[in-house]
Amino acid sequence: MTAAARPSPEPGHAWVGSPIQRLEDHALLTGQGHFVDDLHLPGMLHACFVRSPHAHARIRGIDRQRALALPGVHAVLTWADLPEAARKRVPVLLPNPAIRDPLNYWVLAKDEVVYVGDPVAMVLAESRYIAEDAEALVEVDYEVLPAVSHALEALQPAAPRAHLSVQDNLAGKLNMAYGDVAAAFDPAQGAAHVVRETYWQNRGAAHAMEPRSYLARHDPATGELTYWKAGQAPHLDRKNIIELLDWNPEKVRVIHPDVGGGFGGKTIFYSEDGAVCAAAVLTGRPVKWIEDRREHFLTATQERDQWWEIELALDDQARIRGVRLVMTHDNGAYFPWGIITPYIAVTTVPGPYVVPAMDIDLRIVHTNKSPATPVRGAGRPQGVFAMERILDKAAQQLGLDRAELRRRNLVQPEQMPYSVGFIYRDGKPVRYDSGDYPACQASALAAIDWQGFAQRKAAARAEGRLLGIALANYVEGTGLGPFEGATVRVQQTGRVSIFTGASAQGQGHKTTLAQICADQLGIAISQIDVVLADTAGISMGIGTFASRIVVNAGSSTLLAARAVRSKLLALAAHELGVAAVSMGDAGLSGAVPGLEQALELVDGSVRLRADPQRGISFAALARIAQAMPGFAFPEGVSAGLEDTQYFSPAQSTYCNGTHAVELEVDPASGGIRILRYVVAHDSGKLINPLLVEGQVQGGVAHGLGNAWLEYMHYDAQSQPLTTTFADYLLPMATDVPRVEMIHLESPSPLNPLGAKGAGEGGTIPAAAVIVSAVEDALADQVADRLHFTTSPLLPQWIVQRLHA
Amino acid sequence: MNSPAVHAAGVTPNAPDMRRVSLRVNGKPYSAEVESRTTLVDFLRHSLLLTGTHVGCEHGVCGACTILIDGRSARSCLTLAVQVEGCDITTIEGLANADGSLSILQQALSEKHGLQCGFCTPGMLTTLSEFLRDHPAPSEQQVREAISGNLCRCTGYQGIVEAALLAASRIAADRP
Ligand code: FES
Ligand code: FES
Repeated sequence: MTAAARPSPEPGHAWVGSPIQRLEDHALLTGQGHFVDDLHLPGMLHACFVRSPHAHARIRGIDRQRALALPGVHAVLTWADLPEAARKRVPVLLPNPAIRDPLNYWVLAKDEVVYVGDPVAMVLAESRYIAEDAEALVEVDYEVLPAVSHALEALQPAAPRAHLSVQDNLAGKLNMAYGDVAAAFDPAQGAAHVVRETYWQNRGAAHAMEPRSYLARHDPATGELTYWKAGQAPHLDRKNIIELLDWNPEKVRVIHPDVGGGFGGKTIFYSEDGAVCAAAVLTGRPVKWIEDRREHFLTATQERDQWWEIELALDDQARIRGVRLVMTHDNGAYFPWGIITPYIAVTTVPGPYVVPAMDIDLRIVHTNKSPATPVRGAGRPQGVFAMERILDKAAQQLGLDRAELRRRNLVQPEQMPYSVGFIYRDGKPVRYDSGDYPACQASALAAIDWQGFAQRKAAARAEGRLLGIALANYVEGTGLGPFEGATVRVQQTGRVSIFTGASAQGQGHKTTLAQICADQLGIAISQIDVVLADTAGISMGIGTFASRIVVNAGSSTLLAARAVRSKLLALAAHELGVAAVSMGDAGLSGAVPGLEQALELVDGSVRLRADPQRGISFAALARIAQAMPGFAFPEGVSAGLEDTQYFSPAQSTYCNGTHAVELEVDPASGGIRILRYVVAHDSGKLINPLLVEGQVQGGVAHGLGNAWLEYMHYDAQSQPLTTTFADYLLPMATDVPRVEMIHLESPSPLNPLGAKGAGEGGTIPAAAVIVSAVEDALADQVADRLHFTTSPLLPQWIVQRLHA
Repeated sequence: MNSPAVHAAGVTPNAPDMRRVSLRVNGKPYSAEVESRTTLVDFLRHSLLLTGTHVGCEHGVCGACTILIDGRSARSCLTLAVQVEGCDITTIEGLANADGSLSILQQALSEKHGLQCGFCTPGMLTTLSEFLRDHPAPSEQQVREAISGNLCRCTGYQGIVEAALLAASRIAADRP
């Protein structure tokens, strides 16, 4: 980390923009966090799922008598035992007309299982140990059906079908295009070069260190259903519970306590969510289920299996004329989130480059695997991999420096705001709001000394070592709307509370939102309590994904805190007898200029600038505002020192960045040692540089795993073969280098903070840049032309290629 | 509950094998009846309600469950509670200073942003406490190797490595 952390800003500096140590840390460092599995409720039952060992099968019968005979077993539930409303499929979150068969999870399998791990029955017992004993005693009679494992094979006419109900495995298709692509590829009209290749990226789960964790409690006396979840989208969870249990919306409360990492995998409302809530209602006892790691490998949603056939046309100056591509997306068995991942993937392709024409054929394929939904990066790593790899291939073909080819094609700052040609997932045209892409690339190249590399490479070669260098660029749509709200409230104690529907999985949102509020109210963040992800705290919300929280919840916090500031000033003016000024509606109008001149907010009090001895505390003002019988509010002041805002951005904002890496490859083992890793990025205005750097460093680590370690292997029957951390390798401390960072700050004009969001940029181009650098290191080790087309690029595959 | 799903009474399988375990955790004595197959981490978390130690994989790779048994780091997911009879256990709850303030290492982790979600943190803290005790002046590479058995999906490790180095230098400066 380059930012030196501080408990509070330097004198004269604002909270926003300072590298502030987190409010979250103390509890987590002393073992006092509250994760779902830390909650123990009286009478709680423990759940364990009976899961399909087959990727595709028909359920002929379930015999649970032996399981039920085990002391301590309370119930074994199957689909037929569920409440009526829960016997339908979980709703698809983002239905899209392009999906022909929008199939989603059953709460428990009805009569067919479609991936290994599909939950068939649920055991409820006095302890997890007994539940697992009983799970082994439930006998399921399966008729095994042929399964499809590989998305390209799934499209063959003779391929088995992933679901009995579909006519073939093409779940959906979509064509998107802009510009004149035929002309772009026409040699007669100036297409001097055409470059073609097919790329593939493998899937893996998010692998937050905390597994999925759920706890539901139903109080029959009040009808209240409370659901604690290690999740990412509390209000979306609530929506599904209301629907699947046909429940009174006012009686469902979803709380996400401390969450041990998310990265996309906890955004989904899974079968098990529905089952745990239904079981609490059916048994009248609290029900807890904690996923184990093997279950995470089998059943948590995964991402990235896509095949990209891409063609690039360039003119004789190596300027891009157009891109044509056919992308095949392995969607797995279900569509919890519609087709958002492949959609983002293909619209990310143009990135920071001027691409005048594009044509995309998107094919979405059912396979018998856990569903594909966004994992950190959400389709963008694949889009960037395809584009950056094809640019590398073009540079190779044209004999041009990879950085120079890119430089010639970058969108220039004076072209901002720049419309790419596509419509983004928010229904608005993809329109880059701000940024200086050439400066960003140039700064990364300068930092890694791109020019001096040839000399370093030669010197290393003299010692028998193989060095490679590479760069990769990206643009990332972030800050997705439509909103995320925040309530700011001054309590009668004088402390300030912030409520938001946004949940946190380690990003430090409590600290970030408190910083934004602290500046407006003139208090320290230690005076602020942030309540995240409790649907009882705020009526509407969406969730944490798409690097959207700082833009949305942050802006709402800012606007609400400003409104509370106005209320504090107005009420204090009245109490302190400050000469009446026209106040307007202090509840909404933001700063009130006359009062701002007369009064100031310092350390939890409002006081007279002219006479700092005279003031009134927030606590006293809150008591007045929360009503004193018989007391009349001054004109223009409404009840309570609080305000709620649902900031809604006009459209997504766009971050950008350049990654550059220098590494060494051991040709004998295929091992990689990263010597330098540079990230130059523009995430707009940084609220807390310390936390942003943490996001970038952690994001790069995730991307490095995708680049050369993490490989989710399925056999031809779609049986997962890598289901432990000993088979599927996450990056270790010895694999991940220190990331050198350059922050460019182009404030976004689309929100009052100027923020853009920083959760995923570290991951997005990492696979592209690593694979390119390995190729660069080994280019002269083979007789033919070397071009790697996969991510991951496992060490053994490198060795195989060298000896091919 | 409807009848097919309820417990069928009258079956007597083997009674669970119960043992008594007496041990000290963070300096406090405990004694409890425990089923012999209970893992140490489940015993700590669910019987003693010391939930600071976390479970990330239950197969000995992630390191989130690392605790100290008589001062040596061990995976509490691969240890049975009955194996630590008479032992002295240290968990994350026992690492702060006696007055409740953060230890030098804990403080350094906060300053260097060495934790995000905090789920791997108990294992990082116990592993590094042992390591810094035995290696008072470590190199960066030694720190990386020391925590290579502890997976963190959030931080990319850099903040943790820097925190360990910072803590080592502060501990050295404190030493007479
Ligand atoms: S839980 Fe013990 S090593 Fe992962
Ligand atoms: S801080 Fe989340 S796993 Fe390490």
